[in-house]
Amino acid sequence: MSARNRELVGLIPASLLVTAGFTAVFVQRQDLLSDVSLIYGAIFLGLCVAAHIFLRMTLPHADPYLFPLFALLASFGLVMIYRIEEELAREQAQWFVVGLILFAATIVLLRDYRVLERYRYLIATAGIGLLMAPRLPGIGEQVNGAYLGVRLGPISFQPAEFAKIAIVIFLASYLRDTRQVLVIGARRFLGLTIPPLKHFGPLLVVWGAAMLMLIVIKDLGSSLMFFGAFLSLLYVATNRLSFVLVGMVMFVLGAWLVGSNVPHVQDRVEIWQDPFKPGLVDREGYQIAQSLFAQADGGMLGQGFGQALLSLPGGGTILPAPHTDLIYAVITNELGLVGACAVILIYLLIAERGFKTALLARDSFSTLLATGLTAVVALQVFVIVGGVTKVIPLTGVTLPFISYGGSSIVANFVLLALLLLVSDRARRPQ
Amino acid sequence: MSAPITRLYVLVLVLFGTLVFATSWWTVFGAKGLDDNRFNRRELLEEARIKRGLIKARDGKVLARSVPARGETYRRTYPEGDLFSHAVGYSFTDLGRSGLERSRNDPLTGENEEITSLIDELRGRAREGDDVITTLDSEAQRAAVDALDGQRGSIVALDPRTGAVRVMVSIPQFDPNDYPRESRALNRAEGSPLLNRATQGRYPPGSTFKVVTAAAAIDSGSFTPDSQVNGDTGKVISGVPLANSGGASFGTIDLTTALTNSVNTVWAEVAEKLGKRTMGRYMTRFGFYAKPPLDYPADERAASGEYANGRLLSPNSDQIDVGRMGIGQDKLQVTPLEMAMVAGAVANGGKLVEPHLTDRIVDRDGRIVEDVDTSERTVMKRSTAETLGRMMGNVVKEGTGTAAALSGVDVAGKTGTAEVGGSNQAWFIAFAPVDRPTVAIAATVERTDGQGGTVAAPIAKQVIEALL
Repeated sequence: MSARNRELVGLIPASLLVTAGFTAVFVQRQDLLSDVSLIYGAIFLGLCVAAHIFLRMTLPHADPYLFPLFALLASFGLVMIYRIEEELAREQAQWFVVGLILFAATIVLLRDYRVLERYRYLIATAGIGLLMAPRLPGIGEQVNGAYLGVRLGPISFQPAEFAKIAIVIFLASYLRDTRQVLVIGARRFLGLTIPPLKHFGPLLVVWGAAMLMLIVIKDLGSSLMFFGAFLSLLYVATNRLSFVLVGMVMFVLGAWLVGSNVPHVQDRVEIWQDPFKPGLVDREGYQIAQSLFAQADGGMLGQGFGQALLSLPGGGTILPAPHTDLIYAVITNELGLVGACAVILIYLLIAERGFKTALLARDSFSTLLATGLTAVVALQVFVIVGGVTKVIPLTGVTLPFISYGGSSIVANFVLLALLLLVSDRARRPQ
Repeated sequence: MSAPITRLYVLVLVLFGTLVFATSWWTVFGAKGLDDNRFNRRELLEEARIKRGLIKARDGKVLARSVPARGETYRRTYPEGDLFSHAVGYSFTDLGRSGLERSRNDPLTGENEEITSLIDELRGRAREGDDVITTLDSEAQRAAVDALDGQRGSIVALDPRTGAVRVMVSIPQFDPNDYPRESRALNRAEGSPLLNRATQGRYPPGSTFKVVTAAAAIDSGSFTPDSQVNGDTGKVISGVPLANSGGASFGTIDLTTALTNSVNTVWAEVAEKLGKRTMGRYMTRFGFYAKPPLDYPADERAASGEYANGRLLSPNSDQIDVGRMGIGQDKLQVTPLEMAMVAGAVANGGKLVEPHLTDRIVDRDGRIVEDVDTSERTVMKRSTAETLGRMMGNVVKEGTGTAAALSGVDVAGKTGTAEVGGSNQAWFIAFAPVDRPTVAIAATVERTDGQGGTVAAPIAKQVIEALL
């Protein structure tokens, strides 16, 4: 079976999930809403098929599993969002359209994505700029003490979602050039490999940027995600565990220093240590406490699509931000441990396909780009799911392709397009 | 670069494995602790979303109903106001539950077999509670409240043949509709309106307890209704002289006369002769020394028996003065429910049918989910019960209980007047009609100047009339 036919078959689970999920939520609600349209599900499936046909024409050799896996995640997300708030599902469906347009544009405009290497510093500057934007007066937005949003007129978006792609492109390109010198030019000192300062300088800048991010946008999760992606790429590029260890020590040191001086980060850690502390549980600890209660309520098999307790008698939801930060808790509540594991398994399969693409790539830039894009998605999943399950302090990043949010959807579609571009080139018969 | 990529993938595997472990911890292994966490209000909120079933009187009158409230929740209302405040109780999300609302919470919230709820789910129906049809008679309940006329006290009336509770009144009452607003005030209010005196009120039974002593005396074969016992006042019982009411001396009389005139010295001597062991055995058969069986929350029921320092004694305790206990004095404390059971056991030929408030549970489609079974136990021989019934009939015909006499119907009863700190606890227990009893009743009035025969008997009479 050709790659594209496999992809088409791969879309079947997503369509089944969308149909079953929407039906379940619909059945659950029908006594409340007399006539609910299933049109969002239909639109979503139509979009998937359109994207598939587009891939058939433009990237015939690309990995056949990546797109269906992302579609499966997106259908999970759409059903959950539909269950949380019908109106949001409509908006999310609209964002899919925008995302797919950018997806197609990326594939058409960046057929030879290696041109990106030429603009690496521009891209890096844009990435840093995007990250800092939420602190700019007038357009910046503060949510729960962290600066992650930007509001331009009626549109508000999360620049970090786009910045993560820019930074990965920059690192992949920069490390492709310097990976040899970093290793060859290195001297050994006290058993550690010390790369020459000239080449190591820019990497220190990345470390500095991560620290600055912690100070400026006050978000531990995003910093962890970016710095983790950086270390992953550094490790893959140089195959030197010592670099990673030094980097990790530096990050922990820096995070500890910043953490003990930035009250917001400090609070987050304190909440993480004991969310049920009286006095915390009804305020700062409420989010994580409710997240854990929701998961406990889900149990092994969950309450069923659309059946868990969500809305409060007085209006509002018992889980804060159920459609974005805490969507994993809603999934666990409704589909149980089994459903949550299914979601994590999908991400694991995506990581597998992503790293596979990196292994198949024929040039260093492609390998590093695929590695970086895959690592950043995996880390983002770890940061948010880890936060929701109290493995690490909870911070506000989205669950890729599942959470509600225009920036998240659109940025991840671009990310997927880049991965597919790398994959198509790697798998193209010579 | 392939080895580091593979290792990176392994790292992702480990990280995701951690997430799976954490999720399984919260959902399965550590879920119990989270469900029980006192900050977890999910269960309460879930319950507020369920439309509880109706609670109805035997005659179909709705006693409790759920009406839509804010959001997708329901709120409980009680159309009869304070009339059934204690029997039915209340149920409010933040304040908890009492009475039948509590003891029948599972069916009322539709907590039934999984299969039924699964079918309902497939049919797209929201979970809904089953209706509880009680044995309560709303007209007789009203008559009982009117008869007590605001005096603190309690009335319990049963059908002795089935154990069905027809009337359960405790005064003062409260309006469960006001409970959410006034729970604090009600908890502290003078007269303890939240206390169900019928099941929790512990009172000295006075001479009504002589029915128990008489049953033990006759059924054990030690005495007959014609046994002659000296009834002079000032007889020494347990080393201390005992007086009759008003200091009257009766000479040597038979037991029938002694019950008719409620002669203390006769019954104290009878109890002393029977001894603790025999008295204890019969009391236990009547239901003393255990929480009375009733489909009602356990901590809203109290056991009857001898109490010392607020604790129930064993039937053979050294602290019991069996002679004085035999006339309802000493440290004896009883609930109105227990005394109604005593009357019921005599009425039903010596067989005590365990009382119950729920007649049946019906689902929203009208199917009977549960038909409450009655279980009975033998307290005394049929002949004993019949003899005792005739003796109690004499009490109403020509003794202390004439105020309970009804025209055209024979009533059997026993009065009681216990002195409590300068005022009286007035009692009357009875059943009717004597030859074919359908009603057994206990009525008591707190802190009255009157006697059982003058205060409690006329009250019981009105309720019996309403039930016949």
